[in-house]
Amino acid sequence: MAKTLYDKLWDDHVVHQDEDGTTLLYIDRHLVHEVTSPQAFEGLRIANRKPWRTGSVLASPDHNVPTTDRSQGISDEISRIQVDTLDQNCADFGITEFKMDDIRQGIVHVIGPEEGATLPGMTVVCGDSHTSTHGAFGALAFGIGTSEVEHVLATQCLIQKKSKNMLIKVNGSIPYGITGKDIVLAIIGEIGTAGGTGYAIEFGGQAIQELSLEGRMSLCNMAIEAGARAGMVAVDEKTIDYVKGRPYAPQGDDWDKAVQYWQTLHTDAGAHFDTMVELDVADIQPQVTWGTSPEMVVTVTDRVPDPTKEADAVKREGMQRALEYMGLVANTPISEIAPDKVFIGSCTNSRIEDLRAAAAIAKGRKVADTIKLAMVVPGSGLVKKQAEEEGLDKIFIDAGFEWREPGCSMCLAMNADRLEPGERCASTSNRNFEGRQGQGGRTHLVSPAMAAAAAVNGRFVDIRNM
Amino acid sequence: MEKFNKITGIVVPLDRANVDTDAIIPKQFLKSIKRSGFGPNLFDEWRYLDHGEPGMDNSQRPVNPDFVLNKPVYQGGSILLARKNFGCGSSREHAPWALEDYGFRVIIAPSYADIFFNNSFKNGLLPIVLPEAVVDQLFNEVEAQQGYQLTIDLQQQSITKPDGSAIEFDVDAFRKHCLLNGLDDIGLTLQKTDQIRAYESKRKNEAPWLFDSGE
Ligand code: SF4
Repeated sequence: MAKTLYDKLWDDHVVHQDEDGTTLLYIDRHLVHEVTSPQAFEGLRIANRKPWRTGSVLASPDHNVPTTDRSQGISDEISRIQVDTLDQNCADFGITEFKMDDIRQGIVHVIGPEEGATLPGMTVVCGDSHTSTHGAFGALAFGIGTSEVEHVLATQCLIQKKSKNMLIKVNGSIPYGITGKDIVLAIIGEIGTAGGTGYAIEFGGQAIQELSLEGRMSLCNMAIEAGARAGMVAVDEKTIDYVKGRPYAPQGDDWDKAVQYWQTLHTDAGAHFDTMVELDVADIQPQVTWGTSPEMVVTVTDRVPDPTKEADAVKREGMQRALEYMGLVANTPISEIAPDKVFIGSCTNSRIEDLRAAAAIAKGRKVADTIKLAMVVPGSGLVKKQAEEEGLDKIFIDAGFEWREPGCSMCLAMNADRLEPGERCASTSNRNFEGRQGQGGRTHLVSPAMAAAAAVNGRFVDIRNM
Repeated sequence: MEKFNKITGIVVPLDRANVDTDAIIPKQFLKSIKRSGFGPNLFDEWRYLDHGEPGMDNSQRPVNPDFVLNKPVYQGGSILLARKNFGCGSSREHAPWALEDYGFRVIIAPSYADIFFNNSFKNGLLPIVLPEAVVDQLFNEVEAQQGYQLTIDLQQQSITKPDGSAIEFDVDAFRKHCLLNGLDDIGLTLQKTDQIRAYESKRKNEAPWLFDSGE
């Protein structure tokens, strides 16, 4: 029978299936960070249990780590305790951890692929909703809760029910200035934040094939923002090239065997999808969110939408509330919106390609006087190192950006990096919820190049005209 | 998870409807890295007269003498008698953690919020649903008689009163099985250890590289 990519990944990991479809699913890779794991480890201790396969687990602190000088440790006590607890748990249970002072430390969704710890055909989980990122490699990857973190640690399995299959096909050849981020924002604008609820989404079509693995990661990262726990892209030559030679990647005979298997990881012709959505990438322009949900998105050439033109009363109210929170007036051109801060980073857009795209805009320009802070936060220590080898740090610093240490940073403001009430931010992260980047903070989601362009112009501009 | 069979304990009457999880354990305690130790902060805002924060020495805090948990007659209680829609609000698993850590093993109420109800079973707490009239009657009896105790027999699905009369209750057969045998989700999955091992050896053959790293 013809199978989808999701069907194949699912079937290859079924340990046991009940009549009602409840399935015991085997987990190949478990990523762990400091926020959602402490109670899981404590649960193991209380029940006198051990991790099933320590080698499947890879940990790194990312949410709470400072992005400034780390030589003094973490000053916020609660943050420090969470990070210390992770260190202690990893030491006690024999789990590999890239600690705060390790060059390989970083956001778990950046370091998994970077190390080759995320491989095609794997099931990948983490106590973090943006685990969908890893689906870019033709893996089945999704976020789990703390009880489930403990369950995977103890049993290497999860109790799950299968989702439905959705295909989002993006046709055409990607025009200049459009990135994976713009594509995924446009998709969410189209299907809404609940559009993917109950589905595993496969992204396909020529535009997706043209994306680099970095671009595919930005895309799959935000599948969760479209309501789907998992997003994925079929394996192709680019996937295999990306993985090759990475520390955790197979070698020798294993490599050949692995590649043979990976080449089967695509949807068969004629396989059944429960839902299909088709877009043409030629219709996608650089995206900017204007509201407090990722679906509240328009193109940079547009205006802030007008709630009075919305027929649906519930939607209209939601729009009005969002406009009020965002301090925006309907019909204002997006190009007149002026951010106070600019954040380039997060598991959506902090990889080398993202930094290169931002640096290309920043090069030879200066951050506008009206911008209080423009910061670049690489996704990992290794991304930072590579960027420095390419001289990107100099470009940013010369332009007036701050060049920081790796971590989640202002994506969710659990460390010291945050917006003050009322401050407006051009951000490459994935959530523009109320208070996400700091209480009362106002977030506009954009691609890295668009964020850099907003920094040097003091307002949102169409990067295609720069 | 501790096995649940038959317990006899003091009944603590919490005479309020719609007790939400933020009342059960306020949000400032979610910053904790632990799942134990929430007992002293159970019902924190009702129990103490000052504002509670993590890390405070709770034994030094001024207690609210009017709150039921602080009354001498209810010390050591293990059965919580409550009103309808108990455990509504946020899905925090910290709510059953706090109740359990305090020492409660059973809750009796006319109804519960869904997520709280599920979370309770996962954490060894038995939430019993009884008709509103029966719960009313229990409230009357508890308040009339000092040191009122009930015996809960899960196997028999019966509650025995001090006068020897019994009330029957319903419980989902699968959940009953888990509680009686002290099986949490993990315990249940571990019953399939052989199947997991069999899957692993098959998989090791097909995809050996998945088992190489660090092992
Ligand atoms: S960068 Fe943001 S979205 Fe990604 S894992 Fe960190 S906090 Fe979550």
